[in-house]
Amino acid sequence: MNIQVKPTPANDTGTAQKIEQQLAEAARFVRMHSIASIYHAGSGHPGGAMSSADLLACLYGAEMNVWPRGIDDPMRDRFVLSKGHAAPALYAVGAYYGFCSPKESLKLRKLNSPFQGHPHVLDLPWVETSTGSLGQGFSVAIGMALGLKIQNNPARVYTMLGDGELQEGEVWEAAMSGAHHKLDTLTAVIDYNKLQSDNTNDAIMRLEPLGDKWRAFGWDVQEIDGHDIAAILAAFRHAGTTSLPSVIIAHTVKGKGVPYMENIPAWHGSVKFTRLQAEEALAALNASADEIKEFLDV
Amino acid sequence: MSSNTASPALIASNGDSLREAFGKSLSSLADEFPKLVVLDADIAGGTGVHHFRKSHPERFVQFGIAEQNMMAAAGGMAAVGLMPVVTTFAVFCLRAIEQARLSLCYARRNAKIVASHPGLDVGPDGGSAQALEDLAAFRAIPGMTVISPADAIEMAQATRAILEFDGPVYMRTGRSPSVRLFGADHKFEIGKGQILRDGHDLTIIACGAEVARALDAADALKEDGISARVVNMPTIKPIDMDLIARCARETGAIVTAEDHNIHGGLGGAVAESLAATVPCPVEFVGVKDVFGASGEPEELAYAFEIAAPFIVAAARKVLKRKK
Repeated sequence: MNIQVKPTPANDTGTAQKIEQQLAEAARFVRMHSIASIYHAGSGHPGGAMSSADLLACLYGAEMNVWPRGIDDPMRDRFVLSKGHAAPALYAVGAYYGFCSPKESLKLRKLNSPFQGHPHVLDLPWVETSTGSLGQGFSVAIGMALGLKIQNNPARVYTMLGDGELQEGEVWEAAMSGAHHKLDTLTAVIDYNKLQSDNTNDAIMRLEPLGDKWRAFGWDVQEIDGHDIAAILAAFRHAGTTSLPSVIIAHTVKGKGVPYMENIPAWHGSVKFTRLQAEEALAALNASADEIKEFLDV
Repeated sequence: MSSNTASPALIASNGDSLREAFGKSLSSLADEFPKLVVLDADIAGGTGVHHFRKSHPERFVQFGIAEQNMMAAAGGMAAVGLMPVVTTFAVFCLRAIEQARLSLCYARRNAKIVASHPGLDVGPDGGSAQALEDLAAFRAIPGMTVISPADAIEMAQATRAILEFDGPVYMRTGRSPSVRLFGADHKFEIGKGQILRDGHDLTIIACGAEVARALDAADALKEDGISARVVNMPTIKPIDMDLIARCARETGAIVTAEDHNIHGGLGGAVAESLAATVPCPVEFVGVKDVFGASGEPEELAYAFEIAAPFIVAAARKVLKRKK
């Protein structure tokens, strides 16, 4: 596996175009690694891992000031994966940028593996907190931003929520508190792929008008294409300048990059890949024959 | 119109209640624990932390009436190095118990939950407000320490102890004026019970408001020639198994007394401990798997059979079962 060293401000001399290409490659790795780990696990949620890959690549590969060696640094930026079921994508982006081993993190959901079905901070300190119960990660991120502010620490806090997650009442308690406490260092990203476990958001519990809801709660709202790397980076740049807590509603495609999965709710849930399905998915992501072997024959 | 006649008399935390003792202790300990922050959900006047709000406003964080967010946010504050103390009523802690489970205990955060208004001690607010399940529920979460002090002195000492302790804690205070049981020489230690009065026929093990009633019951039993040992058991988890086993060996019969459902609280913890060490007959004084109701705490103690005479009756019953 071709693993990258995360660029630091010191060694990052790339042009915008080159950076975008690097991040697109990181996102491709996140998708391939997630497919492979879920294949080996025999269960897991691939749809949301595919939809969030570009956002996670931009966070870890460009936006956040956090490096594997600085995971104890109190000044580091924090990321909380509130939609904890996208753990395979988080482990994959962590593997790509050196926070964990790319081979070890293929042992997803296995006994004695630190790569549990949902992130656990005691197993993997770099995941920052334990999630998997929707709504809670967002509140934890609120607490981190508030706690850093109380201690005059300028570090930023990022969190990613699923769209179905927004049906949890706790999310709106947290949204209210983020605006009330003026948490301008907090950026929430919504992986808005329009599908949840059983069906579309619209069929289960309508979320729209979503941007208006967040604006009414006192947040700075941006709506972007969550697969457009340049748009993602621009949205993060803007979020860093606003005096309000910031939400980026990222319109995404569930299963993005794997045609047989795209926009099919059944691929949200915990699924079991056949070898053929895993190979087909990796091939759709332009994996070479060698890469397919490397990911699937471990 | 004068403002005096226009202002209602607010019924807030006052007097010698455990919540007042807690709030004042927290205030006085704040300088010693610089990472301490206090979280409130719009009931600082009821939980006793209005003292802290006044003394340390910059470390008092308002979350509004939103306990789930407050509980999980405490996990985030602990993650960045603060020591949050979450305060609300015991019944609303139950509302946020899953947040306590995942974001505090599973993530092993150094955060404290301090709950006022436990049990029938809540009084007139009635059954909806009287948490009779909290000790059982929080005791079942791995890694959670559960504490229920008996008087204001013990509350002050326990407040210091939980701030010195590294890990999640659930602690009950109390709404009603409490009976003063201990002097300044009292020594609270997490995980330890104390024999308050020695005896050899049976042991009454109590926590919280029931400790004073257990002492009254022991007085009444003494008049009938029954020698009852009284143990204060302020830590429900981890329970003092050594002391419980010793009492079973030395007195051969146990009565537990708590302002809580008879299922899963102090009685459950004591019975589990005995089953694994020195099995002996046990009788449980507590609320018998029903909800509470409105009334003054003392009236409720009789109506729901947790007052001293019911501890006496349980003692007589357990003595008949003693071999």
